[in-house]
Amino acid sequence: MRKYSNIIAAYSIMLVLILLVGIFQSWSIALTILNYCLISAVMTIGANIQWGYAGLINFGIMGYTALGGLAVVLVSVDPVQQAWQAGGLNILICFWIIVVMIVLIRYLLKYFNKSKYRTYGIAFIIIGGILLLRLTATPGIEAIEAVDPAKTGFLGGMGLPVLFSWIGGAFLAGGLAFIVGKIALGLRADYLAIATLLIAEIVVSIIKHEEWLARGVKNVIGLKRPAPYEIDLQTSQWFINLVEKFHTKKLSMINSFTERQDALSQLVIDASSIYVKLCFTGLFLSVVIVLLIVTQKALYSPWGRKMRAIRDNEEAASAMGKNIVKEHLFIFILGSAIVGIAGAMMVTNDGLFTPGSYRPMRYTFVIWVMVIVGGTGNNFGAILGGFVVWFLWVEAAPMALFLINLFTSHLPETNSVRVHLIESAPYFRFLVIGIGLLTIMRYRPKGILPEKIEIK
Amino acid sequence: MDFINAIVVLTNFTIIPALAYGSQLALGAIFVTLIYAVLRFANFATGDMMSFGTMFAVLLTYYFQSIGLGLGFLPTALLTIPFAIVMMILYMLLIDKFVFSYYRIKKSPPVQFAMVSVGVMFVTQAIIRIIIGPSDRRFLDGEKFILKATEFKEMTGLNEGLTLKSTQAITIVITLIIVSIMFWFLNKTKTGTSMRAYSDNEDLALLSGIDPKRVVLITWVIAGVLATVGGILYGLDKSYRPFVYFNNMLPIFAAAIVGGIGNPFGAFLGGYVIAFAEILITYAYKRFIAYLVPESMEPDSLMQLLSTDYKFAVSFSILVIVLLIRPSGIFKGKTI
Repeated sequence: MRKYSNIIAAYSIMLVLILLVGIFQSWSIALTILNYCLISAVMTIGANIQWGYAGLINFGIMGYTALGGLAVVLVSVDPVQQAWQAGGLNILICFWIIVVMIVLIRYLLKYFNKSKYRTYGIAFIIIGGILLLRLTATPGIEAIEAVDPAKTGFLGGMGLPVLFSWIGGAFLAGGLAFIVGKIALGLRADYLAIATLLIAEIVVSIIKHEEWLARGVKNVIGLKRPAPYEIDLQTSQWFINLVEKFHTKKLSMINSFTERQDALSQLVIDASSIYVKLCFTGLFLSVVIVLLIVTQKALYSPWGRKMRAIRDNEEAASAMGKNIVKEHLFIFILGSAIVGIAGAMMVTNDGLFTPGSYRPMRYTFVIWVMVIVGGTGNNFGAILGGFVVWFLWVEAAPMALFLINLFTSHLPETNSVRVHLIESAPYFRFLVIGIGLLTIMRYRPKGILPEKIEIK
Repeated sequence: MDFINAIVVLTNFTIIPALAYGSQLALGAIFVTLIYAVLRFANFATGDMMSFGTMFAVLLTYYFQSIGLGLGFLPTALLTIPFAIVMMILYMLLIDKFVFSYYRIKKSPPVQFAMVSVGVMFVTQAIIRIIIGPSDRRFLDGEKFILKATEFKEMTGLNEGLTLKSTQAITIVITLIIVSIMFWFLNKTKTGTSMRAYSDNEDLALLSGIDPKRVVLITWVIAGVLATVGGILYGLDKSYRPFVYFNNMLPIFAAAIVGGIGNPFGAFLGGYVIAFAEILITYAYKRFIAYLVPESMEPDSLMQLLSTDYKFAVSFSILVIVLLIRPSGIFKGKTI
């Protein structure tokens, strides 16, 4: 039990903090923070698999998150029949052209020796293919985007239940990770960081500007939900009865019937939003627990031992006959796929897909801070990092505002320094995160809950 | 005549803007490459450090304008460069003392340095936003154009105008001056040689009596000059917005790696390679081609290879291609 005492202590403090938010601000805010903490935890599990288990630095988390979000649109939105009729054929032809290009290039690479002519051939295939793609795609894209541009103007998805999209997100992100891994995994650590960051930027800019795919910066709203809608809850009798049961004491104090009805309907509205958030919390929590069990098992399995051996000494592991390139690629795909799940979860939670919001600051660097602060190589640590850093990221502004008001309370309301500071309160979150990261890296370089591997 | 018109169109819309943008990228890329070569890490705080220096230039410009100090037809910001550089260098040395020096003495792996620089990036961003806020600011004053399109048309009698903004000319001239001074310093002076020796082989350099503290100090000073000037020139040419500066870090990294990271001359050229690629690939050639071919063959489409939305994506794709084909960059990297 003592082994786990600091883990339990750290998580208890985190739980108390969230409960405090619930008591002082509102339960709705507390649950929103908790849900986002859980989503961040999934991302950090993914990043931790790559960085903590295998020592691979992946600054492209933003790209995989965005692909996970895209998966929600592609899987759960109903197909737009008109758009498919207008330009679906062109898009399918384009898809096949790309497949043919790849097959041809692979054929050339495999069956011809390296020579000038082979290079020319590949260049010819690529340039010709791109021209052909543009010729076929342009009319199709124009036709698709012209279909009711205010509402659709894209191909839509497959119309499946939204939970399938979480798996879809994992597959999309894993597929991208396969390509990126093939390109970039041979690079040195800091080159790899930059290359993955830039590739993620490319991916996001494609999602942003290819409007036939997922409406781009025009956003997709009103996505399906795995939880009931507030408005349905508010009209269903069992839910009203439940709320009434919870608040019998409070309601019985009100004498007038109409006032009591008003109070009840207000309570029902509040309760419905909390109920929906609790549904999401349950879903996210089960994902986190499943992932935690699986990753924890993997960490102590022979496979986990192999990964640590590769991380700690590549040459030695290679000399023992481990295929480092293959293992790196595999773990890169695995970690990215988990990040893809998190991206899909986030879009499901928000109910809308906004490609413009994917920025490296929020979706790459903050996630990395979570992993480093929590504890690299330790799944409990990584999850805790997700909780702590997300909590700080959200609550830094209110806390800063409180402190500013406290320290400038002797100044008049119109004092320019005070006004300026109050206006810039939201930016204190960067300061808190930055100083937190620097402090942890200096004084506790292995994170709050460091990696502890016991040899049994 | 048509041929000259075509050339003028191309110069006006691609070559001049690309030269100016390339100069701004080049300064940033040399900054990245210098830190990489001497201090041995990828500095993710690059964009925000440039933004930090520029912030002082913006604030001082406003102050000078309020007390009526100016340079006439030149922008007031040029007057603020020395002050901004001093503030920037002080900030960099402060950070080095409290953050980076600890890891340097411990000889931490480069990845750890990179993560620390992410922390510095967060803190710098916070300071900038708390002091000046995240909004868009223009601080250009003085004469806006050296050559206006209408004047050019009158002068030459051509159909197409050629504009030369004063910021573009200033950017190119100042970049050339700074870069040539820097190369002279690195290659001809004793201190520059000691820096190159330190970058080449740290242990040997220490054995031959080179003071590492001095080398680090000089590196930060040069880095401060490059970052501030690069940032101010970019801000004058476009506008100052902290978020944009953070994003500029990405093409700057691309330029540094394409040129061969650790090689200042490579970084200098890399900046122009990235800028020209971005602009030439996303430029719509319709008007250019219209002048060259007979009227019946005029193109209907814009003749654009990629839409301007993909401007950044172009430079990153170039980077990926370079990493695939020649990971050490166009010029062999590492060693200054």
